Amino acid sequence: MSLATTQATAAIQPAPRARRWPARPGEVVAFALVALFLLVFLVVPVVTVVTVAFQDRATGGFTLAHVGDFLANDLFRTSFLNSLYVSLMSVVVASLIALPLAYFTTRFEFRGALLVQTLGVLPLIMPPFAGAVAMTLLFGRTGSVNLLLGDAFDINIPFMEGLNGVIFVQSVHYFPFILLNLTASLKNIDRAMEESAQNLGAHGFRLFRRIVLPLAMPGYVAGASLVFIKVFDDLATPLLLNVREMLAPQAYLRITSVGLEDPIGYVISVVLILFSVLSLWVSSLALRGKDYATVQRGGGGLARRRMSRGQAVAAYALILLILALVLAPHVGLFLLSIATIWSFAPLPDGYTMAHYGRVFAESSQFITNTLLYAGLAGLIDVILGTTIAYLVLRARMAGARWLDYAAMSALAVPGLVLGIGYLRTFFGITLPDGTSLAAFWGVIVLALAVRRLPYALRACTAALQQVSASLEEAAENLGARRLRVVRRIMLPLMAGGIAAGFVTSFATAAVELSATLMLVQSSNDAPLAYGLYVFMQSPAGRGAGAALGIVAVVIVGLSTFLSHLIAERGGGRRSA
Amino acid sequence: MSDLLAREPAGVRVEGVDLSYGATRVLRDVNLEIRPGEFFAFLGPSGCGKTTLLRLIAGFATAQRGRILVGGQDLSPLPPWKRDVGMVFQSYALWPHMTVRKNVAFGLEERRVPRAEIGPRVEAALRLVGLDGLGDRRPSQLSGGQQQRVALARTVAVRPKVLLLDEPLSNLDARLRVQVRRELRDLQQGLRLTTIFVTHDQEEANTVCDRIAVMSEGAVQQVGTPMELYDHPANLFVAGFLGTANIVPGIVLRDGGAAAFEITGGTRIPLPAGLEVSEGARLMFRPQDVTLLPAGAEPGNRRVIAGEITHREFLGASIRYGIRVAGAEVLVDAPHTGGEHHLPVGGLAALALDSSRVKLLSA
Repeated sequence: MSLATTQATAAIQPAPRARRWPARPGEVVAFALVALFLLVFLVVPVVTVVTVAFQDRATGGFTLAHVGDFLANDLFRTSFLNSLYVSLMSVVVASLIALPLAYFTTRFEFRGALLVQTLGVLPLIMPPFAGAVAMTLLFGRTGSVNLLLGDAFDINIPFMEGLNGVIFVQSVHYFPFILLNLTASLKNIDRAMEESAQNLGAHGFRLFRRIVLPLAMPGYVAGASLVFIKVFDDLATPLLLNVREMLAPQAYLRITSVGLEDPIGYVISVVLILFSVLSLWVSSLALRGKDYATVQRGGGGLARRRMSRGQAVAAYALILLILALVLAPHVGLFLLSIATIWSFAPLPDGYTMAHYGRVFAESSQFITNTLLYAGLAGLIDVILGTTIAYLVLRARMAGARWLDYAAMSALAVPGLVLGIGYLRTFFGITLPDGTSLAAFWGVIVLALAVRRLPYALRACTAALQQVSASLEEAAENLGARRLRVVRRIMLPLMAGGIAAGFVTSFATAAVELSATLMLVQSSNDAPLAYGLYVFMQSPAGRGAGAALGIVAVVIVGLSTFLSHLIAERGGGRRSA
Repeated sequence: MSDLLAREPAGVRVEGVDLSYGATRVLRDVNLEIRPGEFFAFLGPSGCGKTTLLRLIAGFATAQRGRILVGGQDLSPLPPWKRDVGMVFQSYALWPHMTVRKNVAFGLEERRVPRAEIGPRVEAALRLVGLDGLGDRRPSQLSGGQQQRVALARTVAVRPKVLLLDEPLSNLDARLRVQVRRELRDLQQGLRLTTIFVTHDQEEANTVCDRIAVMSEGAVQQVGTPMELYDHPANLFVAGFLGTANIVPGIVLRDGGAAAFEITGGTRIPLPAGLEVSEGARLMFRPQDVTLLPAGAEPGNRRVIAGEITHREFLGASIRYGIRVAGAEVLVDAPHTGGEHHLPVGGLAALALDSSRVKLLSA
């Protein structure tokens, strides 16, 4: 009894242990290694990019001339406005998709709510650019939908024309970020909040606008700002849709065609970073001090309202339409991967498995490279993540928090910017075999690792937080030395969280393209996403590209499922 | 009391209401008549259906059978927002994104009250609950007691036909609870507002309400004033739920016109004439209906029972003894008037039971 009480108290309120300094030698070494890694592979490349943007090429002094060039150029101004427009519109369209799904499934008696929530997350397991070509075939000017619409009503809707196409593909892909956040927010609102408004005379849209929406706003803003920045930074989708007048494609084109010396690419990078930081700030502002999640004291769970017959028919119709949209890229990609020829027809002319044969026979290196790169990146991430978590939570070393902040700041660095930074920083370093370090495939792995480190770090930190320090102290009390405690007690108990962190890093790294596009030097070293991008460039390669896309979906889908399993098993063990 | 908030009170009628969730019957044939201006309580243990009945009146639940009338109007076809019954929620449900004043004004705005009238009515409502001057605060900046007053002000500001209070005191600490329940009573009297108060606490119900409906397992057990319920409980549940009761099993013996109750185990207690006797009934009496006799005292016309003291609790105004008599264990309260005088645990005691105060009750 007294033992249990002590443990519970310790878990809630950790005893104020003095910050230990100097630390153990091993901890100092670990700290130094992590700090060095973050310095070389995150801080220096980003600082380099920012420096080049404001540096006079002749004198090396500070200048705003490049920024002036950027602002004076019509193309760049247009690109900037286009990027802004596309990102904002994607947020609007993604909200229109996510709002009804979230609202209906959390507030009404709704059959298949679970199915909707599951299908709603499906887009996340596919890289957005993979679906882009499939979407063109389905919704383009001569795509299936417009062919059918043309036959039936003689109309053609420009879903995929120019910027519309980017907005369409991005919002169908990224709306789950809003859906997940909004659903969580809506579920956490005390039902009495809405019932008291009804009791005072509010209902329908007014109830939604005055009570439900404001209460769900923090979650919505968090999701929306994520969508905004993902779209703003994305390089591959506009490129595949042949939209070049946006910021990320312009930066890419300047660096790859004009050269590494051209400062405009760096100025664009600074703009991308600025907007990333801005939207992260907005989202943290929205969440701060507005934890409206009010769990009801006494009383049942969320009351779901019953819909009238007419309302139900309308709601189901709307949701089916949305789900059809959401699944369109998957269906289209799959059809494309088994199609002989698919052009000017609602459905392919015939079906074949040849594309898969071609992918596995000729281009299997894309797949093995992806598994290798993403696997290594995931491994680096959990090693760094566990080390940082240990230094912050257990060693309580002075300055360890700064490692955490530095690692998390990678969230605000767009992949394209990191890629450019790596090129610029490591291009001049020559390897023993005479090639540049920037051309070495290991650099791709490092870029992926830095990009995904925040996810793994949060997973590892959460895992360590849930291991009571008293378990380790018990082992020390029984005579185990620190390193053995870490190996025999701490790591086994963290295993579930570490595995989840690895899978998250792996799955997202497997389909990353922004940084990769900058860093891949030869197709032998290229990962799957890059191969997909190259295949999709030519009509003849589309089938194979789609087959590769399906492989990517399967890899990411399996990993996601795996991490779900691990998370559930881990939960069982912790509560035991 | 502000005239701005007063209104002609309405009565509430509940007619033959049945409500089930799946196979669970939550309300069984509930019939109630609540008079205009009355302070009425639904009292019962958790799960007895009292909150469901309240939510049914507010329109947040649907009955399979029966109807509810307020001021003679059938509410059944109306959605919650057209019922004009004001509910104060257990969690208060103050909207955190609005100031206190906005919270209170909400119902008036939704009812399209003219803008010029909203301000004075909000101020009147805040003054009524003693919160004038705090209109610009956010709910999170208020104490629990203040939040509760805001919730109350928000509801009375719309001048509802009926005020529904769902366990309004349960989130307050003990001292505040006593103060707030008195204020609730004053406010209800001042506005002459028909009020229904849901609680599981008999003391709360007894102190503020005109009449109480005691509920158990979805059915109304008895309706009456607090004193009626205490003195004349209709069944064993009501007797046990309101106050402390000794409930003793046994059989009824008849000898001509006189009847007696034989406690299982032997002790026989004469029953007063005219007591209605039903099959399977048990004997019920309150701890204070028994007198503990000092050894050798004259019992008078009272029936004396011998027993052994098994435990003792000091309650302040009285000392409660647990006493084992043949076949049963009973509680007896002896008044405490100062001094250290009490009987030892393990000792013998003689109980004098006033047979005019015993009752025979069925489950």
